[in-house]
Amino acid sequence: MIREEFEIIAIAAMVAATCALPGVFLVLRRQALLSDAISHAILLGIVLAFFVTEDLASPLLVLAAAATGVLTVSLVELLERTRRVREDAAIGLVFPALFSAGVILISRYAGSVHLDVDAVLLGELVFAPFNRLEWGGVDLGPRILWLMGAILLLNLLFLALFYKELKLTTFDAGLAAALGFAPGVVHYAFMVLVSVTAVGAFDAVGSVLVVALMIAPPAAAYLLTDRLPRLLALSVALGVLSALSGYALAYRLDASVSGSMATMSGVWFAAALLFAPRRGVLAQLRRRRRQRWEFAQQMLTLHLLNHEATDAAGEENREAHLHEHLRWEAAFAARVVRRAERRGLLRYGEGDRLLLTERGRVQARALVEA
Amino acid sequence: MFSPSDLLFDYTLRTVALGAVALGVVSGSLGCFAVLRRQSLLGDAISHAALPGVALAFLLTGSKAPTVLLLGAALAGWLGTLAVLGITRASRVKQDSALGIVLAVFFGFGLVLLTFIQKRPDASQAGLDRFLFGQAATLLPHDVALIAGVGAAALLVTALGWKEFKLLTFDPAYAATLGLPVRALDVALTSLLVVAIVLGLQTVGVVLMSAMVVAPAAAARQWTDRMATMLLLAALFGALAGLGGAVLSATVPRLPTGPTIVLCLTALVVASLLLAPRRGVLWGALRQRRSHRRLRAGAEEGSA
Repeated sequence: MIREEFEIIAIAAMVAATCALPGVFLVLRRQALLSDAISHAILLGIVLAFFVTEDLASPLLVLAAAATGVLTVSLVELLERTRRVREDAAIGLVFPALFSAGVILISRYAGSVHLDVDAVLLGELVFAPFNRLEWGGVDLGPRILWLMGAILLLNLLFLALFYKELKLTTFDAGLAAALGFAPGVVHYAFMVLVSVTAVGAFDAVGSVLVVALMIAPPAAAYLLTDRLPRLLALSVALGVLSALSGYALAYRLDASVSGSMATMSGVWFAAALLFAPRRGVLAQLRRRRRQRWEFAQQMLTLHLLNHEATDAAGEENREAHLHEHLRWEAAFAARVVRRAERRGLLRYGEGDRLLLTERGRVQARALVEA
Repeated sequence: MFSPSDLLFDYTLRTVALGAVALGVVSGSLGCFAVLRRQSLLGDAISHAALPGVALAFLLTGSKAPTVLLLGAALAGWLGTLAVLGITRASRVKQDSALGIVLAVFFGFGLVLLTFIQKRPDASQAGLDRFLFGQAATLLPHDVALIAGVGAAALLVTALGWKEFKLLTFDPAYAATLGLPVRALDVALTSLLVVAIVLGLQTVGVVLMSAMVVAPAAAARQWTDRMATMLLLAALFGALAGLGGAVLSATVPRLPTGPTIVLCLTALVVASLLLAPRRGVLWGALRQRRSHRRLRAGAEEGSA
């Protein structure tokens, strides 16, 4: 029992890491929803290949799925190129059609075998360890672990070999074409990779979790860094984290493992969205607040500098006057003055006159000159 | 074998066909706005996001009444669209990623809730399951009445705000300069989409619902440049596909209704893309060939 749990966790982590790598480029290329389209459409390829081989573990299934993935992408592009349909609508037309064809084939002809739509969509990780790879009578572990390992290697190999090409076509397709890098070829090779990854992963975790693991961790990592190598590493780390915490959640609730993993990938994304050091919502709010105070202080010192040598200084340079001149609420003006005083930019003179200190004057002059 | 009189006299078939037709009309016409506003995939996100709403509604009320479940679905779907908007507005994450995240995470959470419900002793899960894949065959007269009633209300709202919605669709900036409440109109239009999608979940299921929204509008767009005509055509296409799907799946054994409706829609889209009078790809190719020939003839004449 303990070994099985360990194996489930290993499979989950392996699937998450494998999905995160191509996911990074999908997110950067703004093609995130192709993962949704491909992971649904490959059902048709799997069903057709299954009719030929009658074996769910046949490598032919992976090939057929990859071919369907490429077919999906080319159909979307074909529709787009007629210029009668926009890209979003094209995706929304192609994958439901292919998925429907797959569902119909299953319910018409494969009713008696183990191939049902539930399993494809939802996956059941808990059963994955039961399907084992044996060689010469020796148990080598769950088959899916080996399959995902091979796909992970393939992903790494592709990245290592075509890193430069992938990077260039992702960030500047025009330049890539001008330099003779054939963005189209790279694009289709990449789509084959996405399809192969999706078909390996969906067997274990279902097609919807494939979408979650391909998009959420890279999108979260995208909020944490600007460098591609770090983005790749962080995405893998966040993917594995989603898998592990998802398994813990599923264990606690006794609920669907793949659903819990998708949920946790969302939780980590939300955490990144809120708390990312520079790009997080909280960091943005803090920055905006600081800027507001700083701007107000600058306005105040400039105002005092403008009027300090004039006859109207006694009238202008008073806290009560700021409302009239700068349109500040009394409470706001009071807070700005207090902050400026605390920073040693001004002091109170006789009456309630505000006098710039030497430091305040230097700062205000610097602003005028800037 | 199927005969047209079955539609009148076969009780189940009549119910299913009526439901599918009503759904086709509602989702087809409301989908036009989504397609024209380039929000085709928002429908996909909404339909997936609705799942946890269904499960939560059941967990909180213990009721399986369609009205309660659909209300939960609508709330969750609406929250999902808000989340997409919030993510794109508050960060540099683009819309496609935001849609994908909301779609998968909400759905995953719904799955957690469903399996959680399944394991409670008091609840058999039947009735919630059909939201996943849709089971048109289990449509009951009161389901059909619900689709027709709520759908009619949604269409009425569309008709009332017709001019404003149209302006928002084609030129939101101009609408804003006229002083129209753009934000509120946007929310209203999106809510209408949510309603259309939630109504269809029981019939065609989460995955295929997006096609019910996108396909009729995409087909109708090929035949006309006028929005009102497009809306009527989309409703007609939606109804035709609904009827075709219901009849085919009742005639041929083991042919699920939802996917059949989607394939009927796909056929309509392909036919429209190829054959629609002015925009049709086929006519375009013919025109091009003819003008090529004319050019070549002209060139030969000129050189002779």
